[in-house]
Amino acid sequence: MAALCEAFTLCGLGPAGGVGLGSGLLALEPGADPDHVLLTDRGRTTTLFKVSDQKPLGCWSVKHGQIITCPVVCNFETHEYIAVHDNKVLRIWKDEDVNLDKVFKATLSAEVYRIHSLPHAEPLVLFKGGGVRTLDVLLEAPQQEIENVISDEVIKWSEAFLESRQPVLIFVTEKDGDFFVYVQKPKMRSLHKYKLEQQELCNPLSFTAYIKKQIITLLCLYSSDSVYKVLIPLQQSSEEEEQTSSKSLLLNLSISGSVLKGTSFVVLDKDHVAVLGSLAASGEESKECLTIWNTKFQTLQASKELPLGTSGQLWCYGEKFFFTHGKVLTVVIYKCETSSLAAAVGKLKDSQTSDLSSFVNWNTLGDEELLVSLQSQQSVALKSESKMTLRSKKSAVANIQPDTSTVGQFLLSIKDASTAAVEDQLRQLLSKAQMPDFQATIGCIISALINRCKTDPKFYPRNFLVQMIQKGELSYSLCPDLMAVALEKKDVHLLQICLQRFPDIPEEITYACLKVFLSISDDYLERTDVNLESVISYIDIEPNNKEVKTEVVENGFNTELEEDGCDVTGMKETHMMDSVEFCPVGPQKAALLNAVLHSAYSETFLLPHLKDLPAQQAVLFLRYLHYLYVKCSEKINTTLPGILSPTISQIMDWMCLLLDAHFTVMVMLPEAKGLLSSMHRFVRAQVRLYSELNKIEGSLQELQRIKCQKHSQAYSIEVLELI
Amino acid sequence: MGEFEVHRVRFFGLVPAGVRCMAYQHNGRRLALARTDGAVEVYNFAANYYMEKVSGGRERGGQGWRLFGAGLSGDITEYDLERLRPARAVDGFGGPIWSMAANNDGTRLAIGCEDGSVKLFQVVPGGGVQFEKNLDRQKGRVLCLSWHPSGTHLAAGSIDFIRVLDVHSGRTAQRIMVNCHVPKSKKRECVVWSIAFLSSGTVISSDSFGRVQFWDWERGTLQDSHTVSSSAALSLAVSEKEDSIVVGTSAGATYQFQLLPVKAGGQEKRWVRTKPFQHHTHDVRAVVHTPTALISGGLDAQLVIRPLMEKVQKKGYDAALRKFTLPHRRLVSCARKARLLLFQFSQHLELWRLGSTNKTGKDGETLPLSRMPEHLLQLKSKGPEHIYCSCVSPCGSWIAYSTASRFHLYRVQHEGDSISVKKVPGVPKLLLPAYQLLCASDSGRLFIASDRGSVHVVQLLEPGGCKHLHTLRPPAGTREAVYLLASSADGNWLAAVSGDWEVHVYSLKHFKHHCTVPTYSCAVTALAIHPTTNNLFISYSDQQLFEFSIPEKQYTAWSRAVQNSGLHKLWLERDSPITHIAFNPKNTSQVLLHDVYMLCVLDKSLPLPDDSAVLVNQSTLKQLSEPARRRQLHAFKICKKFQVGSPLLFADLLDERCLVTVERPALDISAQLPPPVQQKKFGT
Repeated sequence: MAALCEAFTLCGLGPAGGVGLGSGLLALEPGADPDHVLLTDRGRTTTLFKVSDQKPLGCWSVKHGQIITCPVVCNFETHEYIAVHDNKVLRIWKDEDVNLDKVFKATLSAEVYRIHSLPHAEPLVLFKGGGVRTLDVLLEAPQQEIENVISDEVIKWSEAFLESRQPVLIFVTEKDGDFFVYVQKPKMRSLHKYKLEQQELCNPLSFTAYIKKQIITLLCLYSSDSVYKVLIPLQQSSEEEEQTSSKSLLLNLSISGSVLKGTSFVVLDKDHVAVLGSLAASGEESKECLTIWNTKFQTLQASKELPLGTSGQLWCYGEKFFFTHGKVLTVVIYKCETSSLAAAVGKLKDSQTSDLSSFVNWNTLGDEELLVSLQSQQSVALKSESKMTLRSKKSAVANIQPDTSTVGQFLLSIKDASTAAVEDQLRQLLSKAQMPDFQATIGCIISALINRCKTDPKFYPRNFLVQMIQKGELSYSLCPDLMAVALEKKDVHLLQICLQRFPDIPEEITYACLKVFLSISDDYLERTDVNLESVISYIDIEPNNKEVKTEVVENGFNTELEEDGCDVTGMKETHMMDSVEFCPVGPQKAALLNAVLHSAYSETFLLPHLKDLPAQQAVLFLRYLHYLYVKCSEKINTTLPGILSPTISQIMDWMCLLLDAHFTVMVMLPEAKGLLSSMHRFVRAQVRLYSELNKIEGSLQELQRIKCQKHSQAYSIEVLELI
Repeated sequence: MGEFEVHRVRFFGLVPAGVRCMAYQHNGRRLALARTDGAVEVYNFAANYYMEKVSGGRERGGQGWRLFGAGLSGDITEYDLERLRPARAVDGFGGPIWSMAANNDGTRLAIGCEDGSVKLFQVVPGGGVQFEKNLDRQKGRVLCLSWHPSGTHLAAGSIDFIRVLDVHSGRTAQRIMVNCHVPKSKKRECVVWSIAFLSSGTVISSDSFGRVQFWDWERGTLQDSHTVSSSAALSLAVSEKEDSIVVGTSAGATYQFQLLPVKAGGQEKRWVRTKPFQHHTHDVRAVVHTPTALISGGLDAQLVIRPLMEKVQKKGYDAALRKFTLPHRRLVSCARKARLLLFQFSQHLELWRLGSTNKTGKDGETLPLSRMPEHLLQLKSKGPEHIYCSCVSPCGSWIAYSTASRFHLYRVQHEGDSISVKKVPGVPKLLLPAYQLLCASDSGRLFIASDRGSVHVVQLLEPGGCKHLHTLRPPAGTREAVYLLASSADGNWLAAVSGDWEVHVYSLKHFKHHCTVPTYSCAVTALAIHPTTNNLFISYSDQQLFEFSIPEKQYTAWSRAVQNSGLHKLWLERDSPITHIAFNPKNTSQVLLHDVYMLCVLDKSLPLPDDSAVLVNQSTLKQLSEPARRRQLHAFKICKKFQVGSPLLFADLLDERCLVTVERPALDISAQLPPPVQQKKFGT
């Protein structure tokens, strides 16, 4: 949790610096020491403060008539101070210099917007025309020509970073209500221009940015009391003239009816921003206050009222806020810890490992989130790589809303457009794939589609649904009604895919699927499109192949030769033998049943439903299971060939389950008798076989033992090598 | 270095006899141990528990120092520890003697007899004992005796009761019924197996009910009773300070009791059972409590020395648990040329011919046998006396053995597969007793180690005769007998070690004393003369190795180097002595050494390992590449194939590529022991 701690006054301010927008200070910049700040007022003075001692260490002024036009910065490398007065005159001095008139001076050819000083790098000078020079280059030839990058745009804000030892400069310009973002890498001589997506009726007021993993995150405080996030990748290959960068809502500055009118803000860490602004509840007088917001949970974490008013400027260096409060410069210390839901409920673990199997891992949100949402903005090709990440984070953040303008519109259009139109739109949407959170968006879309399906029986965008499920990013819980609708429509293919893909299907639905699969006739199924991968390698699809095998020899045991005391007539017996030899269901049905066998279930919850299965269907299913069991036992490793084919333990579990659920029915049912006796015979043969194997194992073990004993015989000649 | 064809022999069916009783002499740090077959052994604790003396006994033994023995024959026997044989015997006239105890100053000996009498004997300073008087006689054999430390009273344990006898008057001062509180209906005979009399007047008894009981002898009351076992508590020993006792039971467990204050710092003390140990599988018939260790001996033939860790100051040789099952003597002799092995049992000898193979193989492989080993001969010794030593000549045609009083020489004739044995008549009578026999490498002479440091040289004559040539004696003379011999291959030199650990070298050409190896304060465990260099290789019980050049009469340079750099720490910490040394006839630098647990080929041409090196490195070396191997090589090439489960009795080099080892798997020994007391095992 973030918290605001103690506050103290750093210094009083002159008449120029004070309350109200447009007044205040020119800027506050960090000094050479972490504890130092450089204060530049709007006049001609700059002062160096030691914050912890609350006292000035030095104060420098330019001559009367001159005015400092650009915040004084400290060159961290040389510990020199750099100032620009009258837009074009550069001054550089050291701590021991007293009179600014006597220090180094250089007159430049263009007007300077700002100087950005970076640790371990040469300061960057940003000219009002958008040109950028490093200080050393500039000082070599102060009068050098500075190009004009921006025509008649006005720089609103700029910031510099160091990314992999390369200085990166970002600045935002405005022209006629349009905002543009420029990213410059002076060393690479690269310049990229982005157009900031327009927002109706509101303008960006303040900007801040941070860089992480080659991505600049630009946060914009809009006049609509919201903070938006714009992701700008640094490694941009295309040299397009102008790209529009979309923004996503990060934070809504409203607390229970009252709205914070922000004026400036800073980023504290990946989850927290501090906003200075005035809180206006309806019908009440607005109060200025300093607030810390958690962007992950959209909550206000700390706030401090500032009754004496501020200049609307906020700086933050080294866990301290600096702002003018009344007639003084106030310092507020804050604490900000990483917040997570786990921490909030007291279940924070130390390890930050992401578990792929779980759907929501609150701990791993954050950095990845950023990456993911960026990736989803990139090309679709990238997406396949990031699938796993996406999966782990699915439905992660309900608070991140998809791009409301397009998706929202689409959701609206789902309600009435025709199937073809919707599918078309969907295709467009997916190919565009610029949604910040693909998962959540898809969830929303599918829910909307399903709702439409429910109300409109004719509407059924089957292809899209299949496509979506096959992407493997959905789960039952994300779209609970999907399977219900599919069941209603008897869309067995969709159900099959769902059973194969969804990890969290309730037993009730599994049972419903089973029932539907068993009830549909094979003739109908032959005409449907079912994935036959799981059966193709052990069921003869061609009916005329059935006569190839004449005798079934399972594991070397001929079931026919087994003498048995069951009172089954020979007729039935042969009939049953046939049924063991040939699959009792069609390949399509078998594939569907395999999907059921494959799905996860819990016995306790499945058994009550399974009892409702009609007797005929139960017998059919049991017959199929028996067939699978026999097929399995043919192979020495007791596995069926093929992809997604059921394992022997799955078959056995379902067999037991089915017999448990329908024991009395099976006993009573005349047509089950043959099946049961055949099964019994087979199982008995198996048991006998395994007991034989047991014996062999015993003898082999004995042999092994004897071999060991041989070692300790009374006399032996052995070879011993000594080295 | 190369591959050896190892003949692993496991058919030597030696079963060591169980331990019957023990006596510990504190000043000399020696332990006398009598086995059930009547053999008496003396272990020198100062010399790393080396079994320095063995005396072939007759039946059952007893105890004392001077060493006295008594047995069912009814005689009290004094043993001559220098000549290693019974010296004098006196009849006790009380039937079989069940117990014997000497008083604290060693002037009187009390015996408990079958007829229930306790007799006092005076120990005569010159030797022997003299009958003093009979104490009060009561019916029932006296199974155990204990003197009060002051020597005024004797406690005697019988069946069902304990008596305390006044030595001066000879009267019974107290009679305690051991199981008087047991109801009559359940009454069984209660045998008091062992008894101890403390100076405080407490009598401690251990009985067949598994109880250890503490009695006040004057009042005849029971002070304390501990049941340690469901079977009998057989033996009992008290520490010198009388604050600790050790009890051995027939279940193989030993228990320590300690006299401890009831409260810390309080005055009142009680006997508390503190430590149980289970080192034996059978009856623990004898226990001894030394100041630093509990020693127990059982019918499973094991002697276990369990140090009391709280009494041991530093980690050293004394701080480790020791177990001895097999004697430190050589019971196997090998005819290298004829490839015969002679096994010595207590009453007979066995001659075996080794098998052979015509295949070769890689390391670790077992080769198929082309000929099985063959049991050629069994020679039974007549009379009750144990065979003391034996030898077979290198050519395999002579076998000699000696008992305490007789020496036998046999001529063995091999005619194809058949074998005939003929006793050599006219063996010189003056030679006895013999402690060690050795045949010269050309089988022409037999050396017989005898008492007073003398070695007899006997010429073996074809086709079957012998002639006494000479008797070698040390120039200064000694009272101790010779117990180890070594002769050189060229027949010029003979080295003999006597009980005072002096090594004398004699010239056989001139039958003259040649030199004496500088005395080293430890027992010699094995020695051998190198066939080509005539260097005498000696191993001592503290695991030191010396090489002494006989022609130059000084230690060799290698020996000095070993002493300078010191042997490896682990080598010195081994707990069984080297019992045999052999040389590789083809490689002068290689020496074969073995103890119970390992076989070592010492290559003198390689550097000695320092303490940081891995001593047992054969398995590591086998995994290394050739150049890496060369860096890791050191002089000791130890083969530990013969682990604890299968102790190594004997190892010898038959030729440069052929080794013979005689192992005695511990499992085989225990299989031949009588079944132990039935123990309830869980689940049976």
